[in-house]
Amino acid sequence: MDQASLQAIWLTVRLATTTTLVLLLLGTPLAWWLSRTRSWVKGPVSAVVALPLILPPVVLGFYLLVLMGPQGPVGQLTQSLGWGLLPFSFAGLVIGSVLYSMPFVVQPLQNAFEAIGERPLEVAATLRASPLDTFMTVVFPLARPAYLTAAVMGFAHTVGEFGIVLMLGGNIPGKTRVMSVQIYDHVEALEYTQAHWLAGGLMLFSFVVLLALYMLQPTGRRRGSLRGEA
Amino acid sequence: MKGITAIFSQRNGDFSLDVPLALPGRGVTAIYGPSGSGKTTLLRCIAGLERTKGGYLSVNGEVWQDDRAGLFVPVHQRPLGYVFQEASLFAHLDVQGNLDYGLKRVPADKRRVPLDQAIELLGIGQLLKRRSNTLSGGERQRVAIARALATSPSLLLMDEPLASLDVQRKAEILPYLERLHDELDMPVLYVSHSPDEVARLADHLVLLDKGKLLAAGPARELMTRMDLPMAHGDSAAAIIDATVSGLEPHYHLSHADFAGGRISLLNPKLQVGQRVRVRIQARDVSLTLARHEGSSVLNVFAAVVSGLSPDNPGQVMVSLDAGGSTLLARVTQKSADALALAPGKAVFAQVKGVAVLG
Repeated sequence: MDQASLQAIWLTVRLATTTTLVLLLLGTPLAWWLSRTRSWVKGPVSAVVALPLILPPVVLGFYLLVLMGPQGPVGQLTQSLGWGLLPFSFAGLVIGSVLYSMPFVVQPLQNAFEAIGERPLEVAATLRASPLDTFMTVVFPLARPAYLTAAVMGFAHTVGEFGIVLMLGGNIPGKTRVMSVQIYDHVEALEYTQAHWLAGGLMLFSFVVLLALYMLQPTGRRRGSLRGEA
Repeated sequence: MKGITAIFSQRNGDFSLDVPLALPGRGVTAIYGPSGSGKTTLLRCIAGLERTKGGYLSVNGEVWQDDRAGLFVPVHQRPLGYVFQEASLFAHLDVQGNLDYGLKRVPADKRRVPLDQAIELLGIGQLLKRRSNTLSGGERQRVAIARALATSPSLLLMDEPLASLDVQRKAEILPYLERLHDELDMPVLYVSHSPDEVARLADHLVLLDKGKLLAAGPARELMTRMDLPMAHGDSAAAIIDATVSGLEPHYHLSHADFAGGRISLLNPKLQVGQRVRVRIQARDVSLTLARHEGSSVLNVFAAVVSGLSPDNPGQVMVSLDAGGSTLLARVTQKSADALALAPGKAVFAQVKGVAVLG
């Protein structure tokens, strides 16, 4: 494999890993709030979180570019803080990816938190566990399968993004040129062999990830229902 | 200051809870009422799982909630145990893990109930390595009770712990609850809509209806008070405390003395001097004006009618004073008229069945 492809793979792994970690950290409180709140704000917030599911990535990338650009409010803020501009940087890509992959992390977590219900939390409280203690020792272990799903989906979805990277990151080798962009470049240059390596690799990766998810998850659920656990 | 003071007033849509309560700080207090009467809400308010405005709660001298002073101790800082209607064991832990969960969060110097004792009391020593989803309903509930006990609560709250179980499982757990009552000096609030459980377990009784307090007081008294619901219907019964005074092993009989006389019990396992709690159901008592000779009924007591109140159509509930003990008898309206039953009338109560409640 050529140097450019290896560089793109490494960058993609770094981006997807960072994005996934950020998403798990941000997604947990957000999913928790969504699973517990009765506020009317829940609807609008859920819709915003789910937006990337149907919105073309190019649109998301375009608006982020405008927001974070030299004339945008976020851009002016980052400049006044001395951070420079986020577009065409790794940090900018992370922000775009976080928003883009948000629903893939928040929704499984939210579903799991809702399924756990109030009762285990109340039981834990009557057994002297503080709310944070309860989260770490009851909610997290019970939601572990959902965390696995969320992490895998968040990672895989970030690996597969294209439009948002192109809008927000451009095509800077080693900095913003991720695998999908590299494939596009190879094809443009009629380098089909190199394109095959990356594209085939991505296919295999996606298939293995989904296979692993499907093999792991439903069996656990089936085992539970067979034993009649409510 | 011993005792529990609870003042809660809550309006929630068309449901309201309005109880000023002063309860003894020891023994089992049953909170009894039909479904929807606010029993569970009251218990949840006491636990702090439900927050009322303007509430006040103190338990044996410790104030847990005083909204006027802006005080509300969060649930996890209250030294209480709570047993829910469904066992609600943690699915990700085995039985031992469930038992340890609360125990290890209680400081060592606050542990008064050794885990071994809780395990032995509930008979769950065989189950420790099992996962909760492999246990029967009765086993789960016993683990849940032991889990609550292991935190050495200064108040144990139980929300119909037997309601989700079938008759057989209930019978399996009740003896454990009775042992709990006898062996641990721990105040228990026990929500129930089963007169049978109340008769077997309760020392004190709180009667609720539609969120309002009907009455509170000693269980024996309230169960036979004609103006209260427990003294009516098919399950109406009187509870009598008696002391075993003699045995007739070849007849499988024991005799026990109580204020109204001597009662024969078909139970050979009792010992002389033992105190027993006996339940006499109103439907098992018939009344005569003279002591009948040649009757198969062993238990006949002289008594004076103290009150009458209509029960089901065509039936009358009669309360009787038998030497200071109160009995209930349910007779037909026709019989009541024929015997001219009225307060002060001397009668004989024939008791066809008695149950020893341990």
